[in-house]
Amino acid sequence: MSVAFLIEQLLNGVQFGVMLFLMAAGLTLVFGVMGLINLAHGSLFMLGAFFCSWIAEISGSFWLGLGGGFLAAAAAGALIEIAVIRRLYDRDHLDQVLATFALILIFSEVVRWVFGDQPLYLDIPPLLSGALPLPGGGGYPVYRMAIIFAGLVTALGLYLLIAKTRLGMRIRAGESDREMIGALGVDIRTLYTAVFALGAALAGLAGGLVGALQSVQVGMGEPVLILAFVVIVIGGIGSVKGALVGSVLVGLTDTLGRVFLPQAFKLLLPASEAATVGSALASVAIYLLMAVVLAWRPKGLFPVNA
Amino acid sequence: MSTAAIRALPRETLVNAVLALALLAAPLIAQMLDEPFYVSLATRVAILALAGVGLNLALGYGGMVSFGHAAFFGLGGYVAGITALHAFEGSDFMTWPWSVGGSDQLLVVWSVAAVVVALVALAIGAISLRTSGVYFIMITLAFAQMIYYLAISLPTYGGEDGLSIYLRNQLPLGDSNDPLTFFFVCYGLLLAALFLSARLVAAPFGVALQCARMNETRLATSGIAPFPVKLTAFVISAVITGIAGALFADLNGFVGPSMLSWHRSGEIMIFVILGGVGRLFAPLAGAALFILLESLIGGMTDRWQLFLGIMLLAVVLFARGGLIGLLAGKVRHD
Repeated sequence: MSVAFLIEQLLNGVQFGVMLFLMAAGLTLVFGVMGLINLAHGSLFMLGAFFCSWIAEISGSFWLGLGGGFLAAAAAGALIEIAVIRRLYDRDHLDQVLATFALILIFSEVVRWVFGDQPLYLDIPPLLSGALPLPGGGGYPVYRMAIIFAGLVTALGLYLLIAKTRLGMRIRAGESDREMIGALGVDIRTLYTAVFALGAALAGLAGGLVGALQSVQVGMGEPVLILAFVVIVIGGIGSVKGALVGSVLVGLTDTLGRVFLPQAFKLLLPASEAATVGSALASVAIYLLMAVVLAWRPKGLFPVNA
Repeated sequence: MSTAAIRALPRETLVNAVLALALLAAPLIAQMLDEPFYVSLATRVAILALAGVGLNLALGYGGMVSFGHAAFFGLGGYVAGITALHAFEGSDFMTWPWSVGGSDQLLVVWSVAAVVVALVALAIGAISLRTSGVYFIMITLAFAQMIYYLAISLPTYGGEDGLSIYLRNQLPLGDSNDPLTFFFVCYGLLLAALFLSARLVAAPFGVALQCARMNETRLATSGIAPFPVKLTAFVISAVITGIAGALFADLNGFVGPSMLSWHRSGEIMIFVILGGVGRLFAPLAGAALFILLESLIGGMTDRWQLFLGIMLLAVVLFARGGLIGLLAGKVRHD
């Protein structure tokens, strides 16, 4: 096993983790500020991917598509916040789960209706095609590297937004005491819509970025949504820092597990059995990680005081 | 208890009795009219209602919002599929430390399903119940996904394609291949589960369970540890749903990863909500309404999921009592 292969797999893990972060950040923000569990977050991811590939196809520009996907997801987020989500803040989690589950069904069916049953494909932009050389030979796709970069820039931007700006101050205030911030004259309804739209936009961005790596189809958001849940449970629900750490942890565990577990079992078992046992274990590795973290810290790695 | 509430009590009992009799009458009439499709439809209602009765115990009475009951439903199904496969092939499930073969007897299948599901639910519950609220929802969902991916990655038992059950598992008396007989079996189990639920909820255990939902600290203060009560309820709930899964696999002659998917968890939850959370017969009312609408609307358009979504959204936002709430008035307390 060469060094280049190891670095490549590490980078794959980080890239996957960064993509999960874009999803998990929105989920955890919405939960932290509004106390809402949003299953429809995966639908916003899907929406971002669909709009990105659709706009990219008619305009011929990946970048227009990416911007379009980002804005479309933000707009859809703002729309469902005003129409539905707003009514759920005072409800219990069961109602939130069911209503947002209903939104998934509606979004999936409407997208299937508008864009058809066939998956869409999105090409990697010429600027980001090609590969970067890795030490020890071989190369790594520039596009995946760009996703890592984009994710880290977003994480930094999100940190600055929350820690340094007026909006961020209000978000933090909303997390700690929503009645008080309302009493101080902040329009809490608009703030909630803005936070929800921000989370939706991040999901849309993730969808657009991933759209060039896999086919864009209905239901693509659901596996990612559940992984993002695992991430924020590990990181501590409501903590953006926890979401970042959790995402990279889950990304690396999943990617490296799939590559190395089957090989590790070859040392113990005959080849065919090793592949079966190894891949079965790899497919559940992140859930085992979650179970271990929870057994150790039931409120996640970076617990938020509710 | 107010006088209005007392008057509401017998009305709910009446609604329940009508529901139970309607489900019993439907396949008999269908059989007379020679419409075997409706017999199997009624069987589906009975089985899915049974799965809902299981979930209702945890969710409605215990306040444990499990988004992972598909795991138990699917596990029950896989037990039926795997035992039938080994019985069909005459092969062994395991050879070490002792030899275990398959079985085509429903009673054996149900017992094995109950034990397997109980053990898995014990493990999942022991970890998940350390947390509460939104963590609990996400963790039960994540564990169910784990079992889903495990099923997909096991090529021995069909992997992504699932397993066919070529010969329906057999009863000691009667012929389980006869649709009406199989319906009676499912219906009988449904009634048994409803009876068990009613007795459990009325017993001291059920009172403790409902107290754990409303105020855990209060339960602890009165000298009863909430954790064992909730864990026990979670396991019983899972076992009921698991048996429903075993029946579902035998009804369809097939078990696959779709039985384990998180959409299935959502669906079982929808039965309970459509019927009315915390009402004994909610799962039956909900499952019957769901299946009826699915076959009606699904027959007219491909967009059934869209209607389901809109309907579910409307029920959650505007009609929180569900169908039983609509027919029999508000719930007695809370």
